Amino acid sequence: MTLQTDLLVLLPELILALGAMTLLLTGAVLGEKSAPLVNWGAILLLAASGAAMVLGPDHATAFHNAFIADGFSRFAKLLIVVAAALSILLADEFFARIALSRFELPVLMLIASLGMMLMVSSASFLSLYMGLELQSLALYVLAAFNRDHLRSTEAGLKYFVLGALSSGMMLYGISLIYGFTGSTEFAAIAVVTHGGAGLGVVFGIVFLIAGLAFKVSAVPFHMWTPDVYEGAPTPVTAFFATAAKVAALCLFLRAILVPFPDLIHQWRQIIIFISVLSMALGAIAAIGQSNIKRLMAYSSIGHMGYALLGLAAGTSLGVRGVLIYLAIYVFTNLGVFACIQAMKRSGKPVENISDLAGLARTDIKLAAVFALLFLSLAGLPPLAGFFAKFYIFLAAMQAGLVVPAVIGVLASAIGLVYYLKVVKVMFFDAPAPAFDPVSGIGSKAIMALSAIVALLFIVAASPVITAADAAAKALLP
Amino acid sequence: MTGLPILSLVTFVPLLGAALIVLVPKPAAARWIALGTTFVVFALSLVMWAVFNPANPGFQLVEKLDWLGGGISYHMGVDGISMLFVVLTAGLMPFCILASWKSIETRVAEYMIAFLVLETMMIGVFCALDLVLFYVLFEGGLIPMFLIIGIWGGKRRVYASFKFFLYTFVGSVLMLLAIMSMYWYSGTTDIVTLLNGVHFPAAMQTWLWLAFFASFAVKMPMWPVHTWLPDAHVEAPTAGSVILAGILLKMGGYGFLRFSLPMFPSATEMFAPLVFTLSIVAIIYTSLVALAQEDMKKLIAYSSVAHMGFVTMGIFTLTHQGVEGGIFQMLSHGVVSGALFLCVGVVYDRMHTREIAAYGGLVNRMPLYAAFFLIFTLANVGLPGTSGFIGEFLTMLGGYLHNSWLAIFSATGVILSAAYALFLYRRIIFGSLVKPSLQTIQDLTAREIALLAPLVVITILLGVYPTPVFNVTTPAVAKLIADNKTALALDRASHVAALQKRAGQ
Repeated sequence: MTLQTDLLVLLPELILALGAMTLLLTGAVLGEKSAPLVNWGAILLLAASGAAMVLGPDHATAFHNAFIADGFSRFAKLLIVVAAALSILLADEFFARIALSRFELPVLMLIASLGMMLMVSSASFLSLYMGLELQSLALYVLAAFNRDHLRSTEAGLKYFVLGALSSGMMLYGISLIYGFTGSTEFAAIAVVTHGGAGLGVVFGIVFLIAGLAFKVSAVPFHMWTPDVYEGAPTPVTAFFATAAKVAALCLFLRAILVPFPDLIHQWRQIIIFISVLSMALGAIAAIGQSNIKRLMAYSSIGHMGYALLGLAAGTSLGVRGVLIYLAIYVFTNLGVFACIQAMKRSGKPVENISDLAGLARTDIKLAAVFALLFLSLAGLPPLAGFFAKFYIFLAAMQAGLVVPAVIGVLASAIGLVYYLKVVKVMFFDAPAPAFDPVSGIGSKAIMALSAIVALLFIVAASPVITAADAAAKALLP
Repeated sequence: MTGLPILSLVTFVPLLGAALIVLVPKPAAARWIALGTTFVVFALSLVMWAVFNPANPGFQLVEKLDWLGGGISYHMGVDGISMLFVVLTAGLMPFCILASWKSIETRVAEYMIAFLVLETMMIGVFCALDLVLFYVLFEGGLIPMFLIIGIWGGKRRVYASFKFFLYTFVGSVLMLLAIMSMYWYSGTTDIVTLLNGVHFPAAMQTWLWLAFFASFAVKMPMWPVHTWLPDAHVEAPTAGSVILAGILLKMGGYGFLRFSLPMFPSATEMFAPLVFTLSIVAIIYTSLVALAQEDMKKLIAYSSVAHMGFVTMGIFTLTHQGVEGGIFQMLSHGVVSGALFLCVGVVYDRMHTREIAAYGGLVNRMPLYAAFFLIFTLANVGLPGTSGFIGEFLTMLGGYLHNSWLAIFSATGVILSAAYALFLYRRIIFGSLVKPSLQTIQDLTAREIALLAPLVVITILLGVYPTPVFNVTTPAVAKLIADNKTALALDRASHVAALQKRAGQ
């Protein structure tokens, strides 16, 4: 392995890294006016990086097995670049409207995406931590990006303090695992823990899971989520809810399944526990929310619970379920946040569910897309969200996790209440004053795209399932 | 079968109509497009009946395409049990559109889209030969119905629509898990494969049966999970009630016939007494409840629950008479209850109340209406010569063959149904017309006559000449019962073998 071949494996990441620096310089030279240019540059870079992934090798490692580019990471990274590009598109319109367009935002999103891509490609705890911190530091700034806004700065600070705490816990877990197994490489740890491991490693896994659970906002480490979702600017929230979730969850899968396949009975209980709690809390706590972004936060907590059930299955079918789930989840959420961003009266954003009253009378297109996406999130057939849950539960049933699956479907019935409530407000209630008409090609395109995914996944499911299957088999043969 | 994919056409032409309305969302255009679409679908369903070969008890007009992979495919087909439900669905839809012609004035395009999407889902349920496809369509109907009740419903529409949705959804999710465990046991969700040659162990059957029962019992609805139905009926617009009573309730009975009986024979035998008890309670108790109702729609809703009690009783006797009677009763009730709700709709459109006490003596000003209403009331009671009689009689006959107490108890239900139905008729139609608000009420318009007259013809035709229906259903029912008996014998043999093995050890 020479440095050159190693760098070639990292080509998609290098494109983002070098591109982000170039854009930063461009922004610094050209000043505030450069924001739209930098935005489009960032989107182009993400597209180039995605193309490099598609054309790149199917399986390659670099830097002494610290970095791996395989089918699994490719699937995750493609989702990440799509989510990042569409979030930047949303941000472009959002910040132009409140006259806070700054070139730093797309640059930060690029750097965060870079961190995420390193996360899902890491094959060692060291590179894992590096990628994670690169992502987190960029996200802390992004959360507080609307800096004159009290709630936004509060969100950034809260996220920072709790994020640092969780990173510390994870680092502690990693040091324990390193101490008891003598390696930070996933593959090497798997060899050492083959056939069982001592209490020290299990202790390390507990801390590792706690840290990872924070990143995916699973109960009981979810407290930061509603505040950050509510406080961060809407396109940033969209970025948190999609790209960041994909990265964290895929990292979760790899960091548990690859090094500790033989310790499944130890970690499975913990995963089931946090999964069931997340499904239940996400469903119940969301019912009382009046702010749509907080509602989406609880909804995402619940969704992470379902996805973790796929991890608890511990099989490649479970991984396939999680990947299908994430793919559908990303597109649905981007659409929802595009709709939320369109909620504004005389130029000012409104965020209460009651503001949506009678939307079907005032803007049927927006209401129809909104309702479609919410019903898809609720997991109702024939919409895409049903198939997301279907493949998770299919894997869970195969792994014999009947009780968690029963709790899961019952939680989805409870969760249905709040999704239906929003549909009810939009369609059944008397109209509130109309929103400003949806402006911006970007928002419209994202809404249309996510609506099409939600509606037509049923007929075009097969290629997605095949791709997810191949990606899952790359992780767990 | 090669050639025209007739089942896919019947199922998905309504979606095309809905797409067309999305493009032209004007009220008048929406009405005509919807009407035209439903007539085309009805014609297609008649073509399907014409090419259907009644002598063949298996699945016909089969279409199979790759869908999700891994043994889950797009598989459509009909047999003698499901075919007539497709015709019934397609046949009732034009009535629904016509009944909403004048009474729905707001958001007409959305209304018609909801109905057409619903039609696709309902027809698909009866054609699906894959469990996942079945589930998707079975649940997919909830969203349009939720909107129909919630947007165009009465005062308590929000409560009713949520109740409807949550009851049926909770019932169904357990069925989804059961479908998954069937998949992992047999490696497929193909209904034809599962029917021919997959035997689930007896202990597994128990759980699967209960999970499917949870779903179908709510949909049916059986006592005590029927309470969503009166609320949904009362609040739904007229056409929504017609579809609820006419088609959606039949999905439960169809599910029992398609899945519970042939796939879980041991569990069916074990739980039959439970079903009989619930059916008898439904027949007697809800008939008594119907007697006390003050709202016309609520009364008919409770009467629907009672009539569905006959269906579940008949189906689970596993006799030819009982099962065929159950199917016939479902078809007949689909027409008759639909017609009754249309009749309620007629006076509701004029007076905007469904309270029984608000009416009286309508025969004086509305003789035609009184005549139509009488025929449907008597068909609901089960008077010989109407379609209602045949179904009730056959299910009771099946019940008698199985256990004479069943027939005795269910026969009291017949008496009670006469009581509440005639009581309702007397309070609305007879007497003198004293209420000032009724002095100017008009008799049926041409549109309403055109709406009700075909239903009268069908009701009486099926009552005196039910052969066309039985021609279709008899071979399929015979096969169903024979298969059930064989599977049951197999289950018993394996049970005995297991016992012997244990004794030998």
